Amino acid sequence: MAHSQYTPGIVPARLAPDAYRARFADIAPPLDDHQAQVAADRCYFCHDAPCMEACPTSIDIPLFIRQIATGTPEAAAKTILTQNILGGMCARVCPTETLCEGACVREAAEGAPVRIGALQRYATDRMMARQDHPFTRAAATGRRIAVVGAGPAGLACAHRLALLGHEVTLYDARPRAGGLNEYGIASYKAVDGFAAREIDWLMQIGGIRLVTGWKLGTDATLADLVDSHDAVFLGLGLGATGALGLAGEDKTGIAPATEFIAELRQAEDLSALPIGRAVIVIGGGMTAIDAAVQARLLGAPDVTIVYRRSRAEMPASELEQELALTRGVRIVENAVPVAIHGNGALHEVEFARTEAGPAGLVVTEDTFRLSADQLFRAIGQRLGPLPDGLTTEAGKIRVEGAGRTALPKVWAGGDCAQGGQDLTVTAVAEGRDAAEDIHSFLMGA
Amino acid sequence: MADLRSEFIGIKSPNPFWLASAPPTDKEYNVRRAYEAGWGGVVWKTLGSEGPPVVNVSGPRYGVIYGPDRRVMGINNIELITDRPLEVNLREIKSVKRDWPDRALIISLMVPCDEESWKDILHRIEDTGADGVELNFGCPHGMAERGMGAAVGQVPEYIEMVTRWVKTHSRMPCIVKLTPNVTSILPPALAAKRGGADAVSLINTVKSVISVDLDAFAPEPTIDGKGTHGGYCGPAVKPIALNMVGEIARFDETRGLPISGIGGVTTWRDAAEFLAMGAGNVQVCTAAMTYGFKVVQEMISGLSDYMDRKGFASVSEIVGRAVPNFSEWQHLNLNHVTKAVIDQDACINCGRCYAVCEDTSHQAISVDEARTYTVKDEECVACNLCVDVCPVGCIDMKTLPVGSMDPRTGRPVAPYGNWTTHPNNPMARAAE
Ligand SMILES: Cc1cc2nc3c(=O)[nH]c(=O)nc-3n(C[C@H](O)[C@H](O)[C@H](O)COP(=O)(O)OP(=O)(O)OC[C@H]3O[C@@H](n4cnc5c(N)ncnc54)[C@H](O)[C@@H]3O)c2cc1C
Ligand SMILES: Cc1cc2nc3c(=O)[nH]c(=O)nc-3n(C[C@H](O)[C@H](O)[C@H](O)COP(=O)(O)O)c2cc1C
Ligand code: SF4
Repeated sequence: MAHSQYTPGIVPARLAPDAYRARFADIAPPLDDHQAQVAADRCYFCHDAPCMEACPTSIDIPLFIRQIATGTPEAAAKTILTQNILGGMCARVCPTETLCEGACVREAAEGAPVRIGALQRYATDRMMARQDHPFTRAAATGRRIAVVGAGPAGLACAHRLALLGHEVTLYDARPRAGGLNEYGIASYKAVDGFAAREIDWLMQIGGIRLVTGWKLGTDATLADLVDSHDAVFLGLGLGATGALGLAGEDKTGIAPATEFIAELRQAEDLSALPIGRAVIVIGGGMTAIDAAVQARLLGAPDVTIVYRRSRAEMPASELEQELALTRGVRIVENAVPVAIHGNGALHEVEFARTEAGPAGLVVTEDTFRLSADQLFRAIGQRLGPLPDGLTTEAGKIRVEGAGRTALPKVWAGGDCAQGGQDLTVTAVAEGRDAAEDIHSFLMGA
Repeated sequence: MADLRSEFIGIKSPNPFWLASAPPTDKEYNVRRAYEAGWGGVVWKTLGSEGPPVVNVSGPRYGVIYGPDRRVMGINNIELITDRPLEVNLREIKSVKRDWPDRALIISLMVPCDEESWKDILHRIEDTGADGVELNFGCPHGMAERGMGAAVGQVPEYIEMVTRWVKTHSRMPCIVKLTPNVTSILPPALAAKRGGADAVSLINTVKSVISVDLDAFAPEPTIDGKGTHGGYCGPAVKPIALNMVGEIARFDETRGLPISGIGGVTTWRDAAEFLAMGAGNVQVCTAAMTYGFKVVQEMISGLSDYMDRKGFASVSEIVGRAVPNFSEWQHLNLNHVTKAVIDQDACINCGRCYAVCEDTSHQAISVDEARTYTVKDEECVACNLCVDVCPVGCIDMKTLPVGSMDPRTGRPVAPYGNWTTHPNNPMARAAE
């Protein structure tokens, strides 16, 4: 049944069948050879480069860019992947404007940084197109390690452990590996099944057995894993989402933004995905932006992000906010939802304006209503239920050094553990470093 | 990763990249850090005789030619040989070499042109553990005026004489560093060979004035209102160096004389080109002075990548590979015909090709209202200028097969034929 953008309610196929592909196309198309040369030429090969400092995985950026400039993109890729095995995904999803490119000296000089992210993609794409794997495993150590969670943290940890010669079993509760690379990242950032292709490529290292549909706490306990392995790494991510705490939150049309995005990422046919006519997204981070933008791309004519503080305070970077605005998303700042109205299905959301007070946010009496038939909560993800014995702090697994938890032989990293921002690249760094730490622990180095 | 190990006149180094004798190799602190960064060897900054060291200017000693975006294309310098006491240098050399036995360490020397001076300095460096000596017959400024450096390098008899002294008074491998400030590089190279040199290295810097201060009306770098000529180096001098290296490599009487290639080596590709033209290894100064020691890492990965791609098992497999194809003009195939072809899909319609061909070449490119540029095969002489100035590299040369019609001459493309047999050549021998 054909719908239009203006059909009321939550319906599929708001757009013509052939409109979806263009709308969900690569948001930052790859550089061609000439563009890469010109971009690479701008790098100054800085001493103790600030970009490298700003990269959580400390990729040798000046070196890899020089390798591109001298016509050896595969050597460049190796420089990248040595530090960051998911360098291909990071090239697509890193908020480079706040990381490497934000630190580039040419940002300071000319307000136009070297296009590090695009160059990283140029190099890694070339390496991956070659289909073989540039690293070889060290001699087998005979040690067996369980990695739970096949998101960026778990994948980076598993790869590094396998590289060092250990036997790894990589478990994940979901049907497919990748964590949020597969189920979370906005679809226009990693098109054409890139997340899955990258994992296939990564697994070529050998020595990693992937077990999906396997849930820690259901299929085995942490104690079982510890007993049967030399070490365990937990890269569980933040599986739970918070509720708004309002009456009527169970009404049809209200869901966590991550659920909507996961469904969208897994959809075979985007036109079959129902979307509201008026969509509200509550939150101010990357998840809120991604949900809102993708709702617009699915054809919702009226999409509003409502954030409790000012735009300047949004966790989403200015660039991401701009992306939302240019895609026709409205951003309402300084407001919180206080009531949900509707008869069975969502009809309206009532908001109260907020003010910054000396003791924090003050919710005022000044209210307004926005009509909506769909609402996505993007107010942050939280740690799911944890195995016994792990301690937490500020909602994260407490770790010391390179991911050592309170339990012997158990490491943790990525979003579920303390430290760093909740970013793909941070998860990779933590997974990698935990692997090195596990290695020195096991091998007594 | 290919095997980059290199052996040059019996001196081993983990890769063929050495730092040339210059400020980067002026002292222990630098050389240790250079080795840590990955350099295969160094030629220590040139040492002079015992006694009070030379004195450098304390104003600016460098000037630069920039490419776009302030890229350093060439450096001009008026620095002299080391200005640090001989004993200090010798002590440091010994200490570094002891800690880095796998890296090459060569001592560069320049002393007055008498046998005693050479004998004395060779004796002084004997127990440093250094792998060899390099005779600096190259500096075009400051030292030449004192009868050293280029003043020796420009007189083949002196080169031969000093080289012979060195081979007489030392058992160390001896590299003779040549100056490009000569009309032909062959007599100096031959003289070095006759004197018993184990190898030559080239080029040292090119005598030059880099720029003029148009307010002070003085050459730059300007020292208190005056400037002097200096020595030019960096990417800009690479073509001069490549030619000289190739000439020595192909010349009957110098063929086989090991060559250390120097001059503008900045990337792995430059290095590979020097190797192909006959150099057994390369030395680098300006690239390190522009980008720091770390620049060698790209040279290492790039050369290795290239060797893997080409299936070369060792660096020596590259050495001299282009020499047989380094021909003299009269042996080029004058019947070989190519035509420029513009890839219309990649063309950005800037019109630079048109401007240069129309104004300075053969009026062989046409343009229509839509700014579409097309080569006229009937006019194109294949000079390559359009290819050279195209900013996006969308112009290629296609070769016309033998027997096909050349629209410019209206004649079929003939098989190989060079100037020596060409009918227009008054000296032509009849074809056999
Ligand atoms: C919508 C959204 C968009 C984002 N966009 C970006 C972006 O553009 N750029 C960026 O840098 N970051 C982005 N992030 C953040 C980034 O995705 C995360 O920081 C990163 O994925 C964290 O990696 P991780 O490995 O720690 O966890 P996850 O990627 O969450 O992976 C955890 C894995 O563990 C598995 N798991 C959990 N519990 C169990 C269990 N009990 N048993 C077995 N398996 C289990 C899960 O199934 C999952 O596969 C985004 C996040 C979201 C939610
Ligand atoms: C500042 C400076 C000082 C130099 N001093 C010496 C020297 O003491 N002895 C020497 O043999 N060559 C000296 N050279 C020449 C270099 O060793 C090298 O031959 C030349 O710079 C060409 O190489 P490049 O293009 O890689 O710089 C010097 C060059 C520079 C720039
Ligand atoms: S590089 Fe600059 S700071 Fe260093 S010695 Fe030269 S002029 Fe002085």
